[in-house]
Amino acid sequence: MCGATEGGLSLDGINVAKEAIIQGQVTKAGDPVGTAYVRLLDRTGEFTAEVPTSASGHFRFFAGDGDWTLRTLAPQTDPVDTAVAAATGSIAEVAIAL
Amino acid sequence: MSRESSLVNAQWVEDNLDNEKVVLIEVDEDTTSYDKGHIRTAIKLDWTTDLQDQVRRDFVSKEQFEALLSERGVANDHTVVLYGGNNNWFAAYAYWYFTLYGHADVKLLDGGRKKWELDSRELTDELPTRAATTYTAQEQDHTIRAFRDEVVESIGTQNLVDVRSPDEYAGRLLAPAHLPQEQAQRAGHIPTAANVPWSKAANDDGTFRADDELKEIYTEAGVNWDKDTIAYCRIGERSSHTWFVLKEILGQENVKNYDGSWTEYGSLVGVPVAIGDEAGEA
Repeated sequence: MCGATEGGLSLDGINVAKEAIIQGQVTKAGDPVGTAYVRLLDRTGEFTAEVPTSASGHFRFFAGDGDWTLRTLAPQTDPVDTAVAAATGSIAEVAIAL
Repeated sequence: MSRESSLVNAQWVEDNLDNEKVVLIEVDEDTTSYDKGHIRTAIKLDWTTDLQDQVRRDFVSKEQFEALLSERGVANDHTVVLYGGNNNWFAAYAYWYFTLYGHADVKLLDGGRKKWELDSRELTDELPTRAATTYTAQEQDHTIRAFRDEVVESIGTQNLVDVRSPDEYAGRLLAPAHLPQEQAQRAGHIPTAANVPWSKAANDDGTFRADDELKEIYTEAGVNWDKDTIAYCRIGERSSHTWFVLKEILGQENVKNYDGSWTEYGSLVGVPVAIGDEAGEA
């Protein structure tokens, strides 16, 4: 499928070689969570960006090289923090189970 | 202005869903978000097509704004309540925009769409119908809108508040991290600008922090409350969020939003630019 990626969101029109991509899927008991919010926090814990998950629970960030934390918020669930390292030219895939 | 006059909470919105004098408007960065589900009776404004001139880089004219609101069924005496995703970034931008054109009664839903969703409140895909009105806008109020020359003159003399993330401020990123990295010709920030990411003003659920916490955050970052303030970000939407905090919640006088923001400033020829985590010299 053209443009399809492991993360589930299309990368059509994006120069992946120039981006440090962090993406993944949020699930609860194995089911995708389409009502979650994923926040990207920098190495000091400062908020950098936030996206709502897609209907299939997927999300994506264009970050920079280095260490990041993903904080996932969802209804009736405590926030979940997940550490991730990003590097230009690669895609960091993260599975987040609530 | 104050928190009480400019913010409403989710319960207030639920209680006023069928109030004929209240118009709920969703404005989202992701302009398809409304179509996937919205608060019942809310209409949508698309910031890319409804609120921007489609040829020049500028807002729609007074006449276009009047035609837009008339067609969507918004009247001058309606209470406009704005909400959106991304912690109300674009809803705050629309709030500033409605204020720019002189709408009398405009409010933000505290926490916006995220708080509404995290509370598991109802969303619908049903489209409301509203009768057309005859809306009259005021001339733009330039006491809340900054242009580039004024920004350059403010270096070292007034408060400049860069509300982007620390990595954008330092020049390590050119755009928010959920967007592809592109835009201005140069990375960095306006010399002397304090970096107070807009997110410091919000709790995780998107609601605004308490007044005393807000005051402390900006004071610690070096904002001089006796001076005028210009807030900027990349394209003027996140800085609307900070403009809202300083002007509408804290009631500070003389606060402007620089909607040209970094995509304009970072492409200007000959202006000073600072890179790194320090504010830099005038």
